[in-house]
Amino acid sequence: MSTLKETVKPDQTLDVRGMGCPMPLLKAKKAVETIGGGQVLEVLGTDPGSKSDFSSWAEKTGNEYLGYTEEAGHFKHYLRKKQ
Amino acid sequence: MATIDPQIQQYVDQRVQEALKSAGLVAGAPPRRNRMAIVASKGSLDMAYMPMILGSTAGAMDMEVAIFFTFYGLQIIHKTGNKHLQVPSIGNPAMKRGAMVVPSIVGVLPGMTAMATMMMKSWMAKEKVPSIPELLEMCQEAGVKILACQMSMDVMGIKKEDLIDGVECVGAGTYLGYASEAAVTLFI
Repeated sequence: MSTLKETVKPDQTLDVRGMGCPMPLLKAKKAVETIGGGQVLEVLGTDPGSKSDFSSWAEKTGNEYLGYTEEAGHFKHYLRKKQ
Repeated sequence: MATIDPQIQQYVDQRVQEALKSAGLVAGAPPRRNRMAIVASKGSLDMAYMPMILGSTAGAMDMEVAIFFTFYGLQIIHKTGNKHLQVPSIGNPAMKRGAMVVPSIVGVLPGMTAMATMMMKSWMAKEKVPSIPELLEMCQEAGVKILACQMSMDVMGIKKEDLIDGVECVGAGTYLGYASEAAVTLFI
């Protein structure tokens, strides 16, 4: 399934598969710091809690959570860094 | 209608805008409170994860965070003690995993604390959750303020050198001063 409104082309990919809370969020935050404003980070993960965590993080920090796709318990999340 | 001096009108408008702004009623109002204050009072491994996970996550969410370590909670920031935190095997009827239930009476047997600790560490490793010292480092990296309760240190004979670097030793007043401005306050 997918909650993405459009196809997104990631600028960077981060793999946090197998990691539990709080690592996906902490790692994603660090990775977002390394990309440019407006660029998109793709996060590969398996923690189902990350969906709402990323959305809440984005809202709090002014970045954008574009959504995720899911295939057999594997998630791809897309975060767009604020300008 | 009497005309108002434009300068007076401008002054009145400006004051009204300022008042609305400080009341948080218009855009450009002061930022909403973005601070979390946690009291960490427990020194067992299971109770050490919560302040560490919430603290590091809040740091990543650009929140301002302070954790006040008091009483047994000081063990979490103890240089050597925090590598040997344990899970109590008694007084926890919720201790089970899947179908495996540990009867309360078994908890008092010798070696059960070590076993409970080992079990929790293995679950955490399986989920790739970092250790307490690692989480602590992440908290500090994220700018989380580490406050140690001076009174607890005195009572328990813990010196500042025994604690990790970057700790501020303070009293209840400091914590409350900080917490009174926080949107989130937790006692763990």
